[in-house]
Amino acid sequence: MPVNLKQIAGVELKFTKGHRMCAGCGVAIFVRELSAAAQDLGIDLVFSNATGCLEVTTSVYPESSWKYPWIHSAFENASATISGVERAYYALKAKGKINHDKKVKFVAIAGDGGSYDIGLQSMSGAMERGHNILFISYDNEAYMNTGYQRSSATPLYANTTTAPFGKSVPGKTQPRKDLFAIAVAHGIPYAATVSIYYWNDLITKVQKALTIEGPTFILSITPCIPGWAMPTGDAVSLSKSAVETGYWPLIEYENGVYKWSPSNPKQLKPIEEFVSKQKRFEGMLKKPELVEHFRQEVIQNYEKYKKLCGVA
Amino acid sequence: MVAVKTIRKSLTGAQAAAEAMKQVDVDVVAAYPITPQTPIVQEYAQFVADGIVNTEMIQVESEHSAMSAVIGAAASGARATTATSAQGLAYMWEMVGIASTLRLPIVMNIVNRALSGPLNIHCDHSDAMSIRDLGWIMLFSENPQEVYYNNILAFRIAEDPRVFLPVAVNQDGFITSHCVEAVDVLEDEFVKKFVGDYKYPYTLLDFENPISVGEWAMPSHYFEFRVSVQKAIEDSVPVIEEIFDKFYQETGVKFDFFEGYRVEDADIVFISMGSTSGTVRYVVDRMRSKGGKVGSINVRVFRPFRIDKLLNIIPNAKYLVVMDRSLSFGTTGSPLYQDITSGLYSKDRCLLVNNYVYGLGGRDITDTDIEEVYEHALYSMSEGISGQVVYVGLNPSFVKK
Repeated sequence: MPVNLKQIAGVELKFTKGHRMCAGCGVAIFVRELSAAAQDLGIDLVFSNATGCLEVTTSVYPESSWKYPWIHSAFENASATISGVERAYYALKAKGKINHDKKVKFVAIAGDGGSYDIGLQSMSGAMERGHNILFISYDNEAYMNTGYQRSSATPLYANTTTAPFGKSVPGKTQPRKDLFAIAVAHGIPYAATVSIYYWNDLITKVQKALTIEGPTFILSITPCIPGWAMPTGDAVSLSKSAVETGYWPLIEYENGVYKWSPSNPKQLKPIEEFVSKQKRFEGMLKKPELVEHFRQEVIQNYEKYKKLCGVA
Repeated sequence: MVAVKTIRKSLTGAQAAAEAMKQVDVDVVAAYPITPQTPIVQEYAQFVADGIVNTEMIQVESEHSAMSAVIGAAASGARATTATSAQGLAYMWEMVGIASTLRLPIVMNIVNRALSGPLNIHCDHSDAMSIRDLGWIMLFSENPQEVYYNNILAFRIAEDPRVFLPVAVNQDGFITSHCVEAVDVLEDEFVKKFVGDYKYPYTLLDFENPISVGEWAMPSHYFEFRVSVQKAIEDSVPVIEEIFDKFYQETGVKFDFFEGYRVEDADIVFISMGSTSGTVRYVVDRMRSKGGKVGSINVRVFRPFRIDKLLNIIPNAKYLVVMDRSLSFGTTGSPLYQDITSGLYSKDRCLLVNNYVYGLGGRDITDTDIEEVYEHALYSMSEGISGQVVYVGLNPSFVKK
């Protein structure tokens, strides 16, 4: 499903302006791309939004940025909530209580807290049960909504308020959890990682995830201006360098087969290009041995997925 | 009186709940098994497996997800229900409060069981008491028959447009849930008609008119949302009365907020909830035969709690025996006792009231125990003793320490 810019440019998106996100927020860009992908496809969506940045900035009563059916009930249960919505849809349809002929996908969307951590059980349950849902994790790599506390998605040696970089402890001492691998382990038909810079790759993948029947999964790297302590206008360029440095490999998993996305670089750029613009890595950058360890972690993960995708 | 046809069946309390859910034709059930609630979902799963009901059943991975899924389904306009006990209710507690503030007419069966710790699977009311301030209408059942009726009434109450609040139907773990009794089951058609078609005015599944459910409210609005729940539960009182009355007219079965027994001229009135109420009535008869001026009240509607209705049926009471099957740590007495004593104060009615805490974690309460309570009540009434908490059936060696 290749998309050209003309198809999506100028379309009035169902995720509207007027939200209260930070200027330049990566999540806002991601959701607009997501909305463009769905609208281009002509598919109806129902959203279940976990508590988090996206939810609190778009749903301040009595306003809403969502021209989609949208529900928020709590932090850890976007998947369980949408499971109920999805079953209700099929139950009411079977009883002739609703008439709806268009294709529909039920979307649970959560930050890394609502997916990697507190929301993991609910996500796992919904995937195992095989609902027709797309689970999206917009990963900004910490609990950004409450002020940059560590999550299990926070990278090694990043500075957060609950895993601060100090004289004795160099920030977060564990590498990121591999949520993509966890999602795939459920035997779901489709999973993919995306980056907002590669909009065409993103839209193609989201459209697949929305069209394929059953549980599907999208993992998006979404830079956070205050959390990453980065320049306001850099969300898109950092999403690009995350891919160029191999920090964020773009991959797909479809019915048992891993695929290496064409947007991945032929030659990796130095990891410094990604980390140097973010003050959360300031402490790490002062210690070459930590940078080296970080680099090794990144390369190891990159090679792991290259191998799974059968790329030499 | 119109006598509606009934079929007498041998049912446990759990089966009685499942039977009512079946007749009500629920759209979505999301539940996680937990003792002693398990037989309800097992029974219902069999109905689904056998094609007896047209229900989507979600076998969730936890009670938290059960209530979350039921919230999602109810917000979509589906008739949705779940069931739980003790730790399960504690685990879903967060969502229990969200269900009521979203004004979703969900029905939940709670098979009452003690909370950990220590771990205990037997009956008391400490699980139900943990949600008493969360905006749910709470019905209590004395036996499988009442479980059955309460379930039918619960859907009708919850779904009344003047209410739109969730309703919990409580029954005593094992004592009621696993005990087989004769239950008069109403005809399917009658139940279907009595409960009526479900029409919720808002639905997530209207793609042309999308709505946002569960937004976040700043200090400028939050207060009003909470007060609207308070107002709704207060306003549910005449609606519940009306539905009870309609049920009485159509079935001949009388329900009220409080079921009084030999209370009109009683000096001493027992007040209890759940299965114990039957044993209390048995003791009341025995004491009456010995000349005691004693009666009892079975609390059927615990939320909204209407002290005026309770006091109306005990015009001559001098002494109240308030029987609680739970504790409220660190205050003057247990939940039912607190409601009654604060209610008496607000109504300017001065009675002697003592709190009799019994049966925690499934400890037996026998007719002999209740007779002892009566002896204590007689003595306390003659001495003018009030405001005491008495532990019934507590191990004497524990008391000596």
